[in-house]
Amino acid sequence: MSTAVTTHRPRPAAQPATLRAKRLPWYAAPAIALAALVVAAAVVYGVGIGGPVLVVVLAAVLYLAGLFAAANAVEGRRSARNRTWSALIHSAFVLAVLPLASVVWTLVSNGFERLDGNFFFTSMNNIGARDPEGGAYHAIVGTLEQVGIATLITVPLGILCAIYVVEYGRGRFAFAIRFFVDVMTGIPSIVSGLFVLAFWVLIVSPWFNDGRPSFSGFAAALALSVLMLPTVVRSTEEMLRLVPAPLREGAYALGVPKWKTILRVVLPTALPGIVTGVMLAIARAAGETAPVLLVAGGGAAINFNPFENNQSSLALFVYQQAGDASRYAPARAWTAALTLVALVLILTIAAKLLARRNRLGR
Amino acid sequence: MAKRIEATNVTAYYGSFKAIENINLTVEPKTVTALIGPSGCGKSTFLRSINRMHEVLPGARVEGSLTIDDQDIYDRDVDVTAVRRMIGMVFQRPNPFPTMSIYENVVAGLRLNGVRRKSILDEAAEKALRSANLWDEVKDRLGKPGAGLSGGQQQRLCIARTIAVEPQVVLMDEPCSALDPISTLAIEDLMFQLKDKFTIIIVTHNMQQAARVSDRTAFFSIEKTGDPGRLIEYDNTQKIFSNPSQKKTEDYITGRFG
Repeated sequence: MSTAVTTHRPRPAAQPATLRAKRLPWYAAPAIALAALVVAAAVVYGVGIGGPVLVVVLAAVLYLAGLFAAANAVEGRRSARNRTWSALIHSAFVLAVLPLASVVWTLVSNGFERLDGNFFFTSMNNIGARDPEGGAYHAIVGTLEQVGIATLITVPLGILCAIYVVEYGRGRFAFAIRFFVDVMTGIPSIVSGLFVLAFWVLIVSPWFNDGRPSFSGFAAALALSVLMLPTVVRSTEEMLRLVPAPLREGAYALGVPKWKTILRVVLPTALPGIVTGVMLAIARAAGETAPVLLVAGGGAAINFNPFENNQSSLALFVYQQAGDASRYAPARAWTAALTLVALVLILTIAAKLLARRNRLGR
Repeated sequence: MAKRIEATNVTAYYGSFKAIENINLTVEPKTVTALIGPSGCGKSTFLRSINRMHEVLPGARVEGSLTIDDQDIYDRDVDVTAVRRMIGMVFQRPNPFPTMSIYENVVAGLRLNGVRRKSILDEAAEKALRSANLWDEVKDRLGKPGAGLSGGQQQRLCIARTIAVEPQVVLMDEPCSALDPISTLAIEDLMFQLKDKFTIIIVTHNMQQAARVSDRTAFFSIEKTGDPGRLIEYDNTQKIFSNPSQKKTEDYITGRFG
């Protein structure tokens, strides 16, 4: 067999004689970029239309063209294409990150002004249009309680539903569930708010409230659950399907019953993905304004009880402060928005750390 | 405590497709039996029907009777999990549970079946790992993930996991096909040792392996694609590889077919 390795075959004609090829020097790309920028600036300001944004856009186009031309001349066509596509992909990434960076910067720069103790430890109770104080304590409480309750409702329900669809469901019923979960994904949040308003606030809540309908944080949590459920079900479903069949069979072959296999082998394996799905759902729910406005009513005072009376939420607080006539209101809105983003970010990071696949370590 | 397995007219389906037809064979306790044959001839299907893993796939079913020491494992009131605890299985690709450590992998079968006492688990883990010739390599890193081992070690870990529940029979579905020659040798040595305690049935594509490790060999084949697999010849390994009584077996073993 060893002779086969050393046998020489005649080289095909298309094969190059050497493996070396001419390369552009390392400074070529930055030099072209600089030249593109200078030319673009000269053109834009020379003609006198547009500003710095146009300069950057024009420079990017010039850079791509210049890079392709230079690489084509020195390195050849294949290499030129490679460089151009790399540059395009990198610019797509920059283009995608720009809005994100812009949002974060806007939030931080505007929200910084009211980032003080007063904001986090007072509510808007008895705060008039001329008072510079006032904070979002009540809104933070509301958001945490509503999203917390919604998560408690949605996560078990959604995961069980996904387990049914993936592991047990056969035929029409499972198909129907998948179909309606897909339909639910498209429900606008205002519709879920109206549903809870009509069903819970107007019909059910009077039973607990001496015959009068009542807003409550719990109603908002219900509306948020309706929004979160399809996200949780679908993402969990996908993650469960990704768990390799040999793992399940390995557990069955040890005489482990199916339910225990799911609980102890399949779910832990899929956990990081499930957590990501749940966090996406939480992030979406935390940012919802309309359902909270419809069924929790908002409010200026601190209300710890989610089952009675009005509650506010951070998203609703932002909406109300942004539309408020007081000259101090916009700063509060910015800080509340910053708080909301930070809250979701912290929750996401915490959840990811908890669900780290390699709790074992290497 | 190894047991005798008797298959009578075993026919297995995937939906409407008949994968194997009328398999009759008896496996004696404390022997190694090799199932050989071309791809798609139903050796794996037959192996999986021995511990009722065949029916895990939707639409798959088995007809005929399979007994283990005169108990029909396809009886209506038989508990599937009890069958699988009695008849363990090692798969083609090593499949340690990725979220569990080496130790947890080995005792998974016991733990998930309700054994909690730490001393029992520790003892079982060491015993199983020693039987699988893996103890010396992993004893200092039992808390590390099972997926961090090499392929051959992972497969021995899976064997340890299987024998930790103390089955009577161990089924192996091409256990060495994803492994290098040295790991394969380790696992073949292991089969020799395990033969003292267990009945072993192994599916293999490697005829030298079948000749090396098994006492008896069953040759399966199909007429053409789409036909059910049949048992062509079942005899002592020595006989099958030196003087088979069927022409088809001889053709396959000498490499003229399949």
